[in-house]
Amino acid sequence: MSTLRALARAQAVAAGRAQPVATVRHLHLSDRPLVLVPLALAGEANAPLAAMVGAAPDEARLLVVPQPRNRDQRFAFAAELAGVVLPYLDEFRDLTEAVPVDRGRDVRHRYADAPQLLVPNPAGITFLRLFGRSTRFRRTDGDYPVHQSVPLLGRWLTFFAERAEQPGSSALLALTDALTLHWATGQSVVEDLHLPAVLGWLEPPAGLTGAEAAARAEDPARCPPAGPATDPDFDNRRLAPAIEAYTRAEGDPAARAAAYDELAGLLRGQLAPTWELMWRGVGLLRTLPAGARVTGRWAGDRDAFTAHAEHVDAGGGPQPRRDGAVAAALRLQRLERASTAWAVQRAYDDPLVMAEHRLSGEAFVGEVTLADPARVDDSGKRPVLRPRIQVVTTEPVPMPVGATLYSPARPAQKAKIVFVTPGGDGKTEVVLELSGGMGRGLTAPPGSVPEVGERICLTGLSDGFLPGGAFPAAEETPWTHGGPPGTAAAPPDPAPAEDWS
Amino acid sequence: MEDRLAQIRGGGPPRRHNARTIAALTGNPGCTRRAVLDSAGVDKPALAEQLGFPARFGQSRFAITRGNAFEAQVKADGGTELLRLVAERLGVPVPDGATWTDLGADDDRPERSRAALTASGDGPALFDHPLLGLDVAGTRVHLEPDLVAARLAGRFHVVEIKSFPVIDGQADPGKVAAAAIQSAVYVLALRELLAAGGRDPELVSHEVVLVCPRDFANHPVASLLDVRRQLLVLRRQLARMARVEELLAAVPVGFTVDPAADPAALAAALHRVPARYAPDCLAACELAYFCRHEARGQTGALGRPVREALGGVEDVADVLALAGGVAAPEPEQAEAAALLRAAARLRADALAGQSA
Repeated sequence: MSTLRALARAQAVAAGRAQPVATVRHLHLSDRPLVLVPLALAGEANAPLAAMVGAAPDEARLLVVPQPRNRDQRFAFAAELAGVVLPYLDEFRDLTEAVPVDRGRDVRHRYADAPQLLVPNPAGITFLRLFGRSTRFRRTDGDYPVHQSVPLLGRWLTFFAERAEQPGSSALLALTDALTLHWATGQSVVEDLHLPAVLGWLEPPAGLTGAEAAARAEDPARCPPAGPATDPDFDNRRLAPAIEAYTRAEGDPAARAAAYDELAGLLRGQLAPTWELMWRGVGLLRTLPAGARVTGRWAGDRDAFTAHAEHVDAGGGPQPRRDGAVAAALRLQRLERASTAWAVQRAYDDPLVMAEHRLSGEAFVGEVTLADPARVDDSGKRPVLRPRIQVVTTEPVPMPVGATLYSPARPAQKAKIVFVTPGGDGKTEVVLELSGGMGRGLTAPPGSVPEVGERICLTGLSDGFLPGGAFPAAEETPWTHGGPPGTAAAPPDPAPAEDWS
Repeated sequence: MEDRLAQIRGGGPPRRHNARTIAALTGNPGCTRRAVLDSAGVDKPALAEQLGFPARFGQSRFAITRGNAFEAQVKADGGTELLRLVAERLGVPVPDGATWTDLGADDDRPERSRAALTASGDGPALFDHPLLGLDVAGTRVHLEPDLVAARLAGRFHVVEIKSFPVIDGQADPGKVAAAAIQSAVYVLALRELLAAGGRDPELVSHEVVLVCPRDFANHPVASLLDVRRQLLVLRRQLARMARVEELLAAVPVGFTVDPAADPAALAAALHRVPARYAPDCLAACELAYFCRHEARGQTGALGRPVREALGGVEDVADVLALAGGVAAPEPEQAEAAALLRAAARLRADALAGQSA
């Protein structure tokens, strides 16, 4: 936790409501995100109980599993959910755009927009990941056939869950994470996992402080939990009798329909409040303008969506249960690069995030007091344009001479520290030599060199291209890493013979 | 001493511990309030209820049903399947058979369990629901592990059967951690039992066999958990509670928290025994919501990382006063104050739109 964010939490406690920790929105927000609120049955291995799903506040679809221990009903639920999710994904597969590749010598196509899934909390993401795992290997033939949409749904849910691991991706978001990325509440990170409490801090009802609103939101009798876990009291007093009534009504269609309605009504009562909160949270995020680099990251999500759609269309197999050595190394490197880029880009986009880095000595802001934009270094074989500027700052400058700094205003330009001169009045003079971002000639185009009087931010954080590592092909996996994987396909999930309950 | 503890309880019988509550004791060892209340065996759920901050540790009957069904399934057929699972996991040849001793029913369970577990024998043996005991703050607590496997790989192993799934070799880390500490309580109790019977306590392995359903079906899978670290933590906390005199020295004379007393009087009494609230308490202690309410306005209630990031200053009001330059820092706060002032200035500038 940075001191700046911790201070914002302290301010939230004092003010009685959440405080901003971002001035722009760092996540992409779709016009039609698919909001999904899942509930699971307690004690079972990720057994769905119900879900509310839809791409607009008035498009809520309630899906219910009347006997969650029954495996057929479990996969019927999966088919029903696929009936909502797969058509939603298809909505994004009409329009493509051409992207130049290989320095403009070729083009590839990607979808102009991509789907976005929103769940209430990180546990919702885990639920989708495990539900994807439990459905993507299912067979549409054999002893326990499932509907053909079920394994497809599983592959897509797995795709989204894997994207959610990547920092900066907006393909699948937990709303609590998205909100607390932009606002600090006056409670701990543990309590921030509870969506109703977070919204209590963000928008306390009139006459209540954030703390009071959050405490009220914790009472399951007043505010049902945002799932996937249900309130044990609800399970014992209301859900269990309703499920029993449904089971008892077997063979009596009228009684069964009534019992189903009763059960669906109960579950709707548990889900609807969270559904409302989800859209309120989306509305809050929409009040923030998107950061400059959000579009670029969303393009990465669109690339991934396109690639996975093509993989599925081409008859590719489901994601493996575990990565092989090479795939795991690739994934780790991809995630590390994404994590670095995500931290740097947020700082570049948002002065409030950059302030965290200024406080920790990774950046400083100062005023340009001298500038020599025409300076040419002719000591080498060829003369090169190397303007120098002097920046005066009141902030500490712990970077050593020779360090390369960057400025968010001119990300393509490098600034090498030539001198650092601490003054007597708490000010520090820094002389920097600039290269890059000024065209190819020996004269810098106007605006490419900071002018005297300009306030600029300089930081060691670079948003530059990070080269990918070189990894062997899977069939050349070194023996230190288990050697090439066997050619035999992993055995399919054995269909359990016994009853589920 | 007993009188003093009874006075703290308010006269009722001490609340009995079980493996789960003993495991929970290791959660926040620095909290005096909790150590005192738990040593005295105070009925904390009733106390929290009376204070107006009821605990939320309900268990869904779906989870209970499923847990019992899975345990029964794993133990079916005299433990044949279980024996195979445990032996394979321990890397020893699966024996032709093992004796199965049900210690779960009948009277005189502690004595029967003691006799069965300390007797010497040859072949592997499985003991179902033996009754063990452990001294917690001077009170004997009865403990009931799911199963003890004897003389497999030459040692005793505590076997814990849990119904949370292991999916592709991974389980919920929180649940595994809880199972580990709970199993460590059993290991400790079993070692004491063997030692009391004149046998080597180290015969009990520090590796516990955890049996869970695999993936999304009901097939059991066994894993090994090393609980040495948990054993250390447990021993330390139990030793601390055994020295209850030292604990009570810090408690005001006449301190009592009879759950039937007036809530305001209870709250006033509790305020005199210091707590060390942390957000993690919410998942472990019945009194956590009360302590959280009391800790409101303290940086520790926001979590330890927040408190540390704020230079260790305890009060939110002090943090803001130092950050705003309103309050003069104490000498030891000078560094924290400078950091907070810089943070406040940067934050205000960025929010006002004046930076780079």
